[in-house]
Amino acid sequence: MSKVQIDVRNVSKRYRLGLKEESNDSLMGYLGSVVRAPFESFKKVKSLSKFEDDNSESVLWALKDLSFQVNEGDVMGVIGKNGAGKSTLLKILSRITRPTTGTIDINGRVASLLEVGTGFHSELSGRENIYMNGTILGMTKKEIDRKFEEIVDFSGVERFIDTPVKRYSSGMQVRLAFSVAAHLEPEILVIDEVLAVGDAEFQKKCIGKMQGISNTGRTILFVSHNMGAMQSLCNKCIYLEHGKLVSEGETSKIIDQYLTRNHSTANAHDWDDIKTAPGNDQIRLKKASVYSENNPEESILFINNDLVFEFEFWNLKPMQTNLSLKLNSIKGELVFNVVSVVKDLNEGVYRCRFHVPANLLNDNHYSIDLHFVKDASRSICFMEDVVGFELQDPPREGSWFGKWEGIVRPTFRTELDLV
Amino acid sequence: MKTQISATGNLNPFSAAYFREIVAYKDLLITLVKRDVSVVYKQTVLGIAWAVFRPLVQMLVFTVIFGYFIDFQSKIGDAIPYAVFSFAALVPWTYFSVSMTSATNSLVSNANFLTKVYFPRIIIPLVPIISKLFDFGISFGLLLAMLLYYGITPNINALFIPVLVIVMILTSFGISLWLAALAIQYRDIQQLMQFLAQLLMYAAPVIWPISIVPAKFLPYYGFYPMAGVIEGFRAALLDTGPMPWLMIAQGAATAIFLFITGSLFFRKKEDSFADVV
Repeated sequence: MSKVQIDVRNVSKRYRLGLKEESNDSLMGYLGSVVRAPFESFKKVKSLSKFEDDNSESVLWALKDLSFQVNEGDVMGVIGKNGAGKSTLLKILSRITRPTTGTIDINGRVASLLEVGTGFHSELSGRENIYMNGTILGMTKKEIDRKFEEIVDFSGVERFIDTPVKRYSSGMQVRLAFSVAAHLEPEILVIDEVLAVGDAEFQKKCIGKMQGISNTGRTILFVSHNMGAMQSLCNKCIYLEHGKLVSEGETSKIIDQYLTRNHSTANAHDWDDIKTAPGNDQIRLKKASVYSENNPEESILFINNDLVFEFEFWNLKPMQTNLSLKLNSIKGELVFNVVSVVKDLNEGVYRCRFHVPANLLNDNHYSIDLHFVKDASRSICFMEDVVGFELQDPPREGSWFGKWEGIVRPTFRTELDLV
Repeated sequence: MKTQISATGNLNPFSAAYFREIVAYKDLLITLVKRDVSVVYKQTVLGIAWAVFRPLVQMLVFTVIFGYFIDFQSKIGDAIPYAVFSFAALVPWTYFSVSMTSATNSLVSNANFLTKVYFPRIIIPLVPIISKLFDFGISFGLLLAMLLYYGITPNINALFIPVLVIVMILTSFGISLWLAALAIQYRDIQQLMQFLAQLLMYAAPVIWPISIVPAKFLPYYGFYPMAGVIEGFRAALLDTGPMPWLMIAQGAATAIFLFITGSLFFRKKEDSFADVV
């Protein structure tokens, strides 16, 4: 049993929302409000830090009675939609703001990275900014001296280290900032959605670095919307909704729960009204659905079903049209991109079907993006996430029941014989 | 290291724990001060000369207007040229007004730090209080050069200049702690600062000699700390008379009062800065 490093007990945090301004429609009303304005403003500005009426609508509870524990060496992910309280939680843990009620016991030094590049000064050189940024994040000058070479190496900006950062590209600034942060050596590292920046290669490097940090037994708290990164980094997760803890536990279980609660598993979408349907003055989508070829009524889809992706649309102008379909896994990986046949269409409602063979896709949640293409070359309309569906693993025989890995799960002809 | 985070923390700014925490962040303070000193003069042609430019120009203006047109020269006697008389006051005054103004605005202009990282917030207003001492040192050097040029010899009381400097720093820091903590919530303070600095200058014996203060106010005038500081500078460096110890003591009392209450107020408000900025 490893020891508890962060113990959060009944933590709540209250914020004051901005109040709506009253407007005047008469001159006298306006003059009156000019005279009253300083008093009104004073009350309003003061109310930012005063809470007399707890239940009024201008009060928001960003966190409500949150309790959980993080053990030493855990990499804990915090999952939740925007506004669930994730960032507020990290701010409280990094002592930027205090909870309204509740207590947290922290065992160890916390370094937080809520935004890459905090404290960069554009007039100063890369070298000066490394010291600047490092000390702001809580390192001492000695620590930075010791790690300086490593930081510069990791960032890959050696040649520009004595150039003011205002002459850096934004990518270079991000790389430099992350490498300072990655070389922090606190017992507890708190990281908010910082992987959203930088190119794919650098992101991979960052995840690798964070894995390295966690392997040395340090505790990490990590917020991200990138479920793939979450899955590969975190051994535990907590799931927040409206400031409350929904569940905590093993990462893949929590991610599944989050995904099922937040994604419509209805396999079909219909738009009856041509005016509000997705599209533009050339194309409007009428219907998007995914079903099993042999059993169109069945709502549960298995990986060994032949699938049909079916779309109906209003073609509003005669033109040569076809569809380009992108299938994304829920973690945002593009599984494939296929195009339909190209045809000359008149005005009218058309139907397009993609037949996807059984035993190609793995069990997962998927979403479909559509491009409507004119003259087989030009995209005239892009629609994101027009329909989503889930493929399930059929009950299987045998002695292994774990999750089959991989994006696809084809069945190949295999042989195993005595030679 | 164990930390407990709760709704209310230790609010005593004079506790050992708070002091230890500031010491733990001394490298941050040093880096920020260095940045403050170096950035101001980067990409300027005159560079560090700007540090003395402001008090020098003010001295020239004052000398023309008040030395010749209004003739304060006759009130201070012929031993000291008005230029030196006013510059001896402008050296501490410029530090006071510049450090106070930037320390008051410091929290607002560093709002991006406040919402992203933790450190003892008091470091932010402390940075200009320290970094402006650099400019002060340079103009003080220039003042000494002027004394040499005009053949004015400071008296033994010049040894007490450090005491005056401490009163000057404490006053500026004390006021800044109050105003910075208020300014982060009430942006009016930033607007107010420009008046306040000007008002305080006319209230201090910068352009005029203390001899024009009516006698009945004189026993209390020293409670305005910059009065004692400026008069002390003149008495010691220009040898204009005995050190005004009563005024200096009164000023020190005000300065300490401002510093203690400012620290208490700042500490009380500190935790909510990130929420109200």
